[in-house]
Amino acid sequence: MATVQTHLNRRSFLKLSGAGGAGLLIHFSWLAALAKENPQLEKAYELNGFITIDTDGAVTIASPNPEIGQNVKTSMPMLVAEELDVNWEQVKVVQAPLNTDIFQRQIAGGSRSIYQSWDALRMAGATARYMLVQAAAAAWRVPASEIDVNEGVISHKASGRSSGFGGMAAAASKIEIPKEVEVKKIEDFKIIRHSKRNVDGLDIVTGKAVFGLDIYTDDMVFASIVHPPAFGMKLLSYDAAEALSMKGVQEVFTIETYPENFERGYFDTNAFPELIVVTGDSTWTVMKAKEKIKAKWEPFDTHSIKMKGTGAGNASDQKVPAGRDTTEDQYAAMFQKDKEKGREVRKDGDPEKAFANAAKVIERSYTGPYLAHSPLEPLNFYANVTNDRAVLIGPTQTPEYMEQSVAQRLGMSLQQVDIQMTRMGGGFGRKLFGHYLVEAAVISQQIKKPVKLMYTREDDMTFGCYRPTYLATFRAALDQDNNLTAFHVKAGGIPESPLFANRFPAGAVENYLAESWTIDSNITTGAFRAPRSNFMGAVEQAFLDEVAELAGKDPIDFRLGLFNKAINNPVGKKNDYDAKRYAGVLELVREKAQWGRSKNGVSRGVAAYYCHDSYVANVVDLRMENGKPVIEKVYCATDCGIVVNPIAAANMVEGGSVDGIGHALYSMLTVKDGAPQQQNFNDYHLIRNNDAPRDVETFFVDSDVHPTGLGEPPFAPAIGALANALYKATGKRYYHQPFMVDVAGKYLPKEQPAG
Amino acid sequence: MALYTINVNGAAKQVDAAPDTPILWVLRDHLRLLGTKYGCGVAHCGVCTIHLDGDAVRSCVYPISDIGTKKIVTIEGLSEKGDHPVQKAWLEWDVPQCGYCQAGQIMTAASLLAQNPQPTDEEIRRAMNGNLCRCATYTRINKAIRTAAKEM
Repeated sequence: MATVQTHLNRRSFLKLSGAGGAGLLIHFSWLAALAKENPQLEKAYELNGFITIDTDGAVTIASPNPEIGQNVKTSMPMLVAEELDVNWEQVKVVQAPLNTDIFQRQIAGGSRSIYQSWDALRMAGATARYMLVQAAAAAWRVPASEIDVNEGVISHKASGRSSGFGGMAAAASKIEIPKEVEVKKIEDFKIIRHSKRNVDGLDIVTGKAVFGLDIYTDDMVFASIVHPPAFGMKLLSYDAAEALSMKGVQEVFTIETYPENFERGYFDTNAFPELIVVTGDSTWTVMKAKEKIKAKWEPFDTHSIKMKGTGAGNASDQKVPAGRDTTEDQYAAMFQKDKEKGREVRKDGDPEKAFANAAKVIERSYTGPYLAHSPLEPLNFYANVTNDRAVLIGPTQTPEYMEQSVAQRLGMSLQQVDIQMTRMGGGFGRKLFGHYLVEAAVISQQIKKPVKLMYTREDDMTFGCYRPTYLATFRAALDQDNNLTAFHVKAGGIPESPLFANRFPAGAVENYLAESWTIDSNITTGAFRAPRSNFMGAVEQAFLDEVAELAGKDPIDFRLGLFNKAINNPVGKKNDYDAKRYAGVLELVREKAQWGRSKNGVSRGVAAYYCHDSYVANVVDLRMENGKPVIEKVYCATDCGIVVNPIAAANMVEGGSVDGIGHALYSMLTVKDGAPQQQNFNDYHLIRNNDAPRDVETFFVDSDVHPTGLGEPPFAPAIGALANALYKATGKRYYHQPFMVDVAGKYLPKEQPAG
Repeated sequence: MALYTINVNGAAKQVDAAPDTPILWVLRDHLRLLGTKYGCGVAHCGVCTIHLDGDAVRSCVYPISDIGTKKIVTIEGLSEKGDHPVQKAWLEWDVPQCGYCQAGQIMTAASLLAQNPQPTDEEIRRAMNGNLCRCATYTRINKAIRTAAKEM
């Protein structure tokens, strides 16, 4: 057995207390794996949760992280239950509260929930098991080493004695916490690696699952907001007379979510810090009333906002440029930047010499638009702020960060702010940015009543925090034997660059250059499922397909050749991927999809990508029908280390792949004079059932490696494989997302070639 | 405001609401039947799907003044114990990710199978096309409907 320290550092501790007077209640907190890698982040990556064992034997396991559809509410407790040796069917799972005593990483983001809690959650289960065993050994006066635990039953074979957990819970709570505990060998897992269905499944299919939108109290009022119709604008004046005359409308007023002197944290992104608020007696009342408010808006000047530093006294100013952007102008500005030299981020060998000496050179540019996250549950939050306490309930991916923002904005201590997590109706990154919690809190504080703030879909889609818009240009050089001798990537975006300079094919090419650039804008952006990777993975894989074709090589053989080089003779030391695992998923998908087999009328494309510590390779099979792709099948091969819950892991990979494909085919948010041109699902196109792949089949590399991320890695490679299959089907390369929109004709500078 | 008596999940309910109030908000704000969700307000996402005399309709654009004597069934009234064949198939396939759209998906699927117990794959996709799933669980949704069809 492996041994795990229960006391990882001074802040990691176990606390015991009686549950209802008689049972065992174990609070545990710990440092996650990442804290070991990044000591400066130690504080930011702690987690917390608890196990309760009642005297009747009922075991309740709290799932610490926010549930957003990534299924951590099932998979995290599975880790605890495995080491506790309890019967999974008898476990009740609850959402843990945000623990404000210790700074933790109760975050849904970065595909890191399982990765970071792997040791800690198992340790928690093993610790509780140890204490139950010690209690039984004392009660039965037998050596602890002779005691077995199986499916919630503690037994001693020689004496024939046995007990459920409930019988030992009280005594166990008095056992001293061990300094270290043993955890199981991987081959002994009974719960981990075995499919367990969603613990909230029945509640979801019967409509009983509680999302943020479902928080109702008898004394709450309903609130809606009116924000500027365009980025670059702010409120000048408003006339609420008509709205106030409507039955059920209570108040109309303005709030400042983040006043000028407010030092914002990383998740306080907000383009519209001043809003008009309307409150009333029902959702429909405030939805109608907000349409009747006559507001005047004016352009704002270039100004700066204050951003919190990482320590005291090192806050910084962030520039917010004036102006009202238009999509065509943004693309023109990006292509202009693309012509200039970027900031050099990595250089290996002598790329310019290699390009000069090349037998063949290929250069291609790719773009990706703004995307609105569009979780189906729009932004909303319940807040009840009284003189000395703020209770907030709703959907948030970053409860602990928003607790700080709310406390800071209300002038309260962290202890006075209680943020309760509900199940989230999707987030995809949007619910990392919690201005809507602060808004709800400020509204409640102002009206001195509990309030439910609800965004309409139009509010949600036009409020910013989009996936940035990107441009990447790749250049590759081949020698006369069709070997890749140089690779050049120059990537940028508004407002961030998507570049990952140290990812493949860096390390596999002797001469390599990576450059980066950015353009400012007042249009706010934020992490969107697989940030930056969602673009770079897709376009890099489309480009490599074209390079392989130019080299006259099979696209899988071509990539495997490069991985071979990265394995045996890597260039540079900073390469941030494991070339063997990368090659492994390509080999797996090649076998499972029977790559090389041809099927009448079906075109195939392949791609592989690494992000969030996991590797995914896809093959997409499609045919064209009336100018649109019918995707018959997507094969996904994934290496995410140990697969904790196979049925849920497959679901995540299926959904992630279809999500990537859908956005690359259909989704685009454009702006005109700062105003978002799509406001609802009638004109913002998300993939629907009839356009979705007919089938997705998933395969996982059999692995004993520490589990890694799964929510984000499947997104990008599916797009690459789609683009490459589309080329096979149509003879045309697809460079500009979304592929089903004529981006080149409608938005790109005229001198740019369509491809 | 006006008084309406509407039939919801087999029971008569009296509601005092503005005539243009979408039935979605009557269900949620007035009757606290919260399984029916809000997603777009313009009948383009399907998360608010209910049955009206057995037909799947988008409750976010259906005003209470037009309900009359039509019988409303919501996800809470689809079955007593969550054992409608569609609900069982959803659990068997472990369909939900975030789960927000699934009540609407289930109501559309249940209405489809009630009216066409053995739909083709094409008919399933067409019937379900108005229900967005942002987590993109479409392939599982369709598999679950095929499983449920075997029990209808």
